[in-house]
Amino acid sequence: MARAASIQTRIGFTALAWAIALLLFAPILWTILTAFKTEAEAIATSPTFLPREFTLENFGAVQDRSDYFKHAFNSIIFSVGSTLLGLVIGVPAAWAMAFAPTKRTKDVLMWMLSTKMMPAVGVLIPIYLIFRDLRLLDTLHGLTLIMTLINLPIIIWMLYTYFKEIPVDILEAARMDGAELYNEIVHVLVPMAVPGIASTLLLNVILAWNEAFWTITLTSGKAGTLTAFISSFSSPQGLFLAKLSAASLLAIAPILLMGWFSQKQLVRGLTFGAVK
Amino acid sequence: MGSISLSHVKKSFGEVQIIPDISLDIKEGEFVVFVGPSGCGKSTLLRLIAGLEDTTSGTILLDGVDMTKAPPARRGLAMVFQSYALYPHMTVRDNIAFPLKMAKAPKEVIDQKVEYAARTLNLSSYLDRRPRALSGGQRQRVAIGRAIVREPKAFLFDEPLSNLDAALRVNMRLEITELHQQLKTTMIYVTHDQVEAMTMADRIVVLNAGRVEQFGTPLDLYKKPANRFVAGFIGSPRMNFVDGPEAARYNASAIGVRPEHFSLATTPMPGAWKGKVGVAEQLGSDTFLHVHVDGLGLMTIRTDGDQTFGHGDDVYLTPDPARIYRFDAAGLAL
Ligand SMILES: Nc1ncnc2c1ncn2[C@@H]1O[C@H](COP(=O)(O)OP(=O)(O)OP(=O)(O)O)[C@@H](O)[C@H]1O
Ligand SMILES: [Mg+2]
Repeated sequence: MARAASIQTRIGFTALAWAIALLLFAPILWTILTAFKTEAEAIATSPTFLPREFTLENFGAVQDRSDYFKHAFNSIIFSVGSTLLGLVIGVPAAWAMAFAPTKRTKDVLMWMLSTKMMPAVGVLIPIYLIFRDLRLLDTLHGLTLIMTLINLPIIIWMLYTYFKEIPVDILEAARMDGAELYNEIVHVLVPMAVPGIASTLLLNVILAWNEAFWTITLTSGKAGTLTAFISSFSSPQGLFLAKLSAASLLAIAPILLMGWFSQKQLVRGLTFGAVK
Repeated sequence: MGSISLSHVKKSFGEVQIIPDISLDIKEGEFVVFVGPSGCGKSTLLRLIAGLEDTTSGTILLDGVDMTKAPPARRGLAMVFQSYALYPHMTVRDNIAFPLKMAKAPKEVIDQKVEYAARTLNLSSYLDRRPRALSGGQRQRVAIGRAIVREPKAFLFDEPLSNLDAALRVNMRLEITELHQQLKTTMIYVTHDQVEAMTMADRIVVLNAGRVEQFGTPLDLYKKPANRFVAGFIGSPRMNFVDGPEAARYNASAIGVRPEHFSLATTPMPGAWKGKVGVAEQLGSDTFLHVHVDGLGLMTIRTDGDQTFGHGDDVYLTPDPARIYRFDAAGLAL
């Protein structure tokens, strides 16, 4: 009897999980379907589920109007660039915190995390003014720099937790074997932390890809990323639902695919310290 | 090459003083063992020499050169860790080659030295494996291989055998001793196993609470312990101690008799201590008797393996008068 009950509960939970997943996925699915409808069908008052007339013209229109490829290129440079730069700074920082901690290391880590609790608008004016004075407005490198700074706390935190799992003996052995700091990090620490570094990289690329606040407020055309690209479709010339959907689909497709293919790595990385 | 000299080395972690003040001179080519109870600071002292910890004060000379502030990579010492500390992402070959790569040795030299070390340590057929595919003993050999290829000024071992089973330990103990005889390089070996200490060392440093209790050859320590702590620590089974009036008869505040320095009788003898056997541990070659001596407490006696005593037997113990150790109230040998 106990067994039968547990099977029922399991079926119940499975159904619930599927229901929640579908609920969460529904808007994305709707966006995907709408992207292939005509503008008229998209706003029809008795909405259709599958496109009655399957069309690709939205995609062409979107590229003609706003140059998808330029924005996509910017997005790639911006998200990958800021993450790589963050790793270059984050790896040594996390090394210091994990393997040469001082009394204040914990405080520094908490402080870094606390900066993530602050609403970004809080520093909009100073950052904007600094960017204006340094002529960084609407430049890809300026944007990449600010994204690096924004994600750095997360990068350092993630690397720190992975590094904590590595036995310090091995690094000490490297020191005894004549490795200076650079060799210790590059030849011993980093190869051992590859899974952790890979998931840090993936997560931060995704976070940067989806970053909308700074990319929209600090750009005006040249350096815009895909988030700026989508937002340019949302309001001014009235609502073009089908084109907006096509733009959104184009913007999320690359990251969705990347997430799909690296699912295992991501899950493993995110639960690394927790489950072991 | 390979003399190590510490003078007034002190180490504190925060407020806690672990090593109050140690001065030591280790000669070139010597095999020195640090022994002492757990937590007495053996590893800390070794790590100070290695450069893995900074001294709070004092100086460390290697071959006469002040290395107190030098990072471990510059000291030219090799260390074998209790956990082996092999690089898990490298093959055995790359593990052994790592110190040579760090020293920027040419590839042919690296290959040749790695092959040679592997042959010496019976690792030739495992060179392409990862450490995780090796047994404990093989891992330890790789760790030793990694240490010898760089031809260090001295080897530092921190309880390298404590993760191995008893039989393998004895083998590895011999291998390390043999290695020392072959290489004639200075070795410092940390252990809390006094059998390892006695069998391997040229000289032993007995540590207690961060202080050197005695520094001498194994037989010195056994025959002329400087104080009660060393007397109790060196020798297995432990020395028996007696204080009170019985010790006063010998003009001491305490006396010690080693388990092997008793003569044993089953009939009353003048001046003998009378007792009852509690447990008799028969090892075959030896028998250890744990005897409850009237008025003096539990004592351990070593006798040959043919003796058949059992629980509750009456025995009479006579300590060999020439081998009674006497200690004053502060525990120093008289
Ligand atoms: N990094 C550290 N911070 C604070 N205290 C430490 C540190 N390392 C060691 N200690 C303390 O120093 C003392 C000596 O430690 P050490 O590891 O040298 O002992 P040991 O003689 O090697 O013991 P064992 O035989 O158990 O290995 C211990 O009380 C330990 O708690
Ligand atoms: Mg230790």
